[in-house]
Amino acid sequence: MEHTHTEAGHEAAHVDSSTKTIWRTFWILLCITMVEVGLAFLHLETGFPSRVFLNAIFVGLTVVKAFYIVAEFMHLGHEIKNLILTILIPLLLFVWFIIAFLYEGDSWKNMRKDLKPGTPIETPKAPAKEGHHY
Amino acid sequence: MDTAVTAKKKWWAGGYSPFNVSYGKLMMWYFLMSDAFTFGALLISYGTIRFSSPSWPDPNEVFRSFPGMGHANLPLVFVSLMTFILIMSSVTMVLAVHAGHMRDKKAVAKWMLWTIVGGIAFLSCQAWEWTHLYHEGAWWGRNPFLNVDGTLASTNFTNFFFTITGFHGLHVTSGVILNIVILANVLKGTYEHRGHYEMVEKVGLYWHFVDLVWVFVFTCFYLL
Repeated sequence: MEHTHTEAGHEAAHVDSSTKTIWRTFWILLCITMVEVGLAFLHLETGFPSRVFLNAIFVGLTVVKAFYIVAEFMHLGHEIKNLILTILIPLLLFVWFIIAFLYEGDSWKNMRKDLKPGTPIETPKAPAKEGHHY
Repeated sequence: MDTAVTAKKKWWAGGYSPFNVSYGKLMMWYFLMSDAFTFGALLISYGTIRFSSPSWPDPNEVFRSFPGMGHANLPLVFVSLMTFILIMSSVTMVLAVHAGHMRDKKAVAKWMLWTIVGGIAFLSCQAWEWTHLYHEGAWWGRNPFLNVDGTLASTNFTNFFFTITGFHGLHVTSGVILNIVILANVLKGTYEHRGHYEMVEKVGLYWHFVDLVWVFVFTCFYLL
């Protein structure tokens, strides 16, 4: 951009590079989605990436996609730090929400299972109980 | 704030926005943040219920139809198309915002129109999917699909699916309406007269947010 001196030339060069960024972001989002769908099909056909591993990949890729949408399409990545922080810091509450509520749900499931009528209540202090399948 | 953007500018000393954006854009950001918590609450409650259930229906068994393909087993294909449409409409929206920076009225109108077309296409896809599921017997309070382990499923699955995709679809609908209003103003020359196209940026933020939510809905309901 150094060789352009006029205001208009500078503007045009800037916009051109931005259009390039838009399309690059589009291809990234599309490729990630295709990888996700591809992995899902691979799992359906071969069962290869185990369910837990696959879910971890899906969640990770979702966060990557969210990053590109917010940073590039919504332009947050190019705003000043004050604006970025005022939006992102409150969203950190989600970390706690997700951990707390999913833990709660899991614990609820275990209580339903363990306290079901007819479940033997003896076996005092049996930590090996975790091992049994359901 | 030792940001490299502006050398030693005292952002909080008054005289200008400490966030370096207009009031309207900042408020749009705060609105979207609150909306993110609304969607977050819905999706986390879905996750909680799913974690508390011994078993859950397999999305690849439930969402496997494509319009005009009869009973072909095509998991994920239709929802991938919907995702593509929404991402594409996000791209046309950014292009409209950029045309607005260039004060190119015709280009803004063109890209806004394509964004509206994308939004309507997405809504049509969702309408088809809902109708299809309804005819299979799924609705709020009714769930014909079995759990993965073959046991009878509760209605939690369909209740959450229709509530959350419905709430998202409502956002897409209001986004399309907003886009139409903005497009009308563009064509009327309101923003040309005002000297800037910032309203296109604001409605663009909302539209990208709708796309962002879909990314999470896609993962939570169709992939996991």
